[in-house]
Amino acid sequence: MSEGTGPPGEGGAPDEHGGRAPRIPMPRTSVEDGGQPLPEPEELAELKEQGGLVLDHDVLKSLLGAWALAACSPQETAAVEAHLGGCGGCADEARRLREAVGLLHPPESLDLDPGLRTRVLDGCLERRPPRVPVPGWAAPYDAETARLDALLQDFGDSEWHAPVRLRWFEGEGTASRRTTVAGVIAHLMSVDGLVSVALGLDDPLGDIPAGGPTPAARTEAYWRASHFPPTRSVRTPWREQTHALVRTVSLTGPDAAPAPAVPYGGFELPLPDAMLDRAFECWVHAEDIADAVDYPYQPPAPRHLNRMIDLAARMLPAVLAARRQAGLASPARTRHLVTAGEPGRSLRLEIEGLGGGEWLIPLDSPGAVGSAEYEVAHVALDGVEFCRLAAGHVPPDEAAAGQAGDRQAIRDVLHAAASLSRM
Amino acid sequence: MAKKDAPPRWDRRMQQRLASGEAAALGELYDRFASLVHGLAHRVLGDEQAADGITREVFAHVWEHPDAYDPRQGPLRSWVAALTHRLAVQRLRATVGAAQAREGGGSPEELERRVRRASAAARADYIVHSMPAPLRAALELAYFQRRDYRQTAVDLGVTDDEARRRLRLGLQLLSTAHDTGAPDSPGAPPGYGGAA
Repeated sequence: MSEGTGPPGEGGAPDEHGGRAPRIPMPRTSVEDGGQPLPEPEELAELKEQGGLVLDHDVLKSLLGAWALAACSPQETAAVEAHLGGCGGCADEARRLREAVGLLHPPESLDLDPGLRTRVLDGCLERRPPRVPVPGWAAPYDAETARLDALLQDFGDSEWHAPVRLRWFEGEGTASRRTTVAGVIAHLMSVDGLVSVALGLDDPLGDIPAGGPTPAARTEAYWRASHFPPTRSVRTPWREQTHALVRTVSLTGPDAAPAPAVPYGGFELPLPDAMLDRAFECWVHAEDIADAVDYPYQPPAPRHLNRMIDLAARMLPAVLAARRQAGLASPARTRHLVTAGEPGRSLRLEIEGLGGGEWLIPLDSPGAVGSAEYEVAHVALDGVEFCRLAAGHVPPDEAAAGQAGDRQAIRDVLHAAASLSRM
Repeated sequence: MAKKDAPPRWDRRMQQRLASGEAAALGELYDRFASLVHGLAHRVLGDEQAADGITREVFAHVWEHPDAYDPRQGPLRSWVAALTHRLAVQRLRATVGAAQAREGGGSPEELERRVRRASAAARADYIVHSMPAPLRAALELAYFQRRDYRQTAVDLGVTDDEARRRLRLGLQLLSTAHDTGAPDSPGAPPGYGGAA
């Protein structure tokens, strides 16, 4: 069914004005005129007079696609067009193919609104509640990996190999390591592999020996093991692992045998916290990547950001204790040790903005319970700023924080927050 | 970037997981097909919000009726594309029809013409994305890069004959986008066959 070219069968018949209606649609005008002029009718006539090309039917037929795209030599174009006048079969095909050319569009940029995924999925789950839901603590990981994957969607080689500097806070200062966008994805995949191994899934490192089960050792081992720097080919295995993790933790269910803890080398995290930690890392590194290629990137959804901040707040007391042991934080101030489960000297951490909230951080022992009664200091900062601090991207002394109370306690907590970061 | 030649096993497995109500499967389905669905809907409707709406409808439909897809009939990808096409064309008909009634202009023929044009454009997109990569690459060079077929042959490292063959075959596949079949057939619109 043709349109715009007159009803089939009329082609070639003289029209009311006595001229010849074109049997074949005229050649397309180019989307971006490449300055390749199409032969004028007079030129064609001239060519034909000069004898033109004598080509047999099969060759002419094989030229129809190229002809429809205006991708033949002028001689060939003339020969094809002379042929079309006398060959109904080729003329029909030529018309079809030229119409098909009109259907070629430059590909649209398919930047999907990243928020659409959540809206679509929530809408579905409302209409038919899932029998196997994604646990609330795995939802941030599901969302963040999807956002990062969407960012990678249109990357070409230059983006995949764009340099990225990973930064984190170590001891009293910022540490860093150079890699590329593809190297960052390899890093995420290697460390997500800690969760895979804990769940009994395949280790993305395979047979590569890692120096230890720490994020840095695994990453370095993976980077070292490949002869060439990582390329875009790392995207598929990374993404497949993220999907496998979400699927597996969903099927594990809330009542399954004790959920495995995920060992990180020096410490371990319960599975739900490990998934929150991986979601946080995914966001932080997605921002590193977006910065490297100069794309905008938004913070996570507020309810997801809230869970990530909550994890950081819960980890702070243990990190504080470790820093104290290492002589990096001031000694505990209580005259007697706080018994586990008892209220202790506390700092009020107030996180502003969407996803924020308030947390009481016990200062003197990871076993103590945060207490408003023993509050000695108050720190207020924006949620995204807090996360940048916890990612090691903002030095603790430069974090934009409103402060009141015990300055030493505040310093210790801000430094401990930065120490949550790692490669 | 989506895996166009995913084995039918993935399709069957996905259907089983959706049927058993696994939310994680729905997420994976979205990750694989959202840009296809949104792109086709946008091509038909030419409007971002309307395309968002169709995307919601398509995934809700698959999630609520996973058994509507029969793996023996072809790839899930084609089925999702055909479903998208049907819902988007329905929406176009409704919105254009309503606008015509409100503003008093336009004829039924004009509505049909718009529907036909939008349908062909969407099917063409799908065909181009699903056709074998060598054909797509040849069309890309000849049309968008304005290379003649001999230059195309050099760029692709093939003979002149082969370049001509690819251009012709690519356009032949593309031209099937105009085959509308019965205009109101409730079944899958043509043009969303398996691997073209």
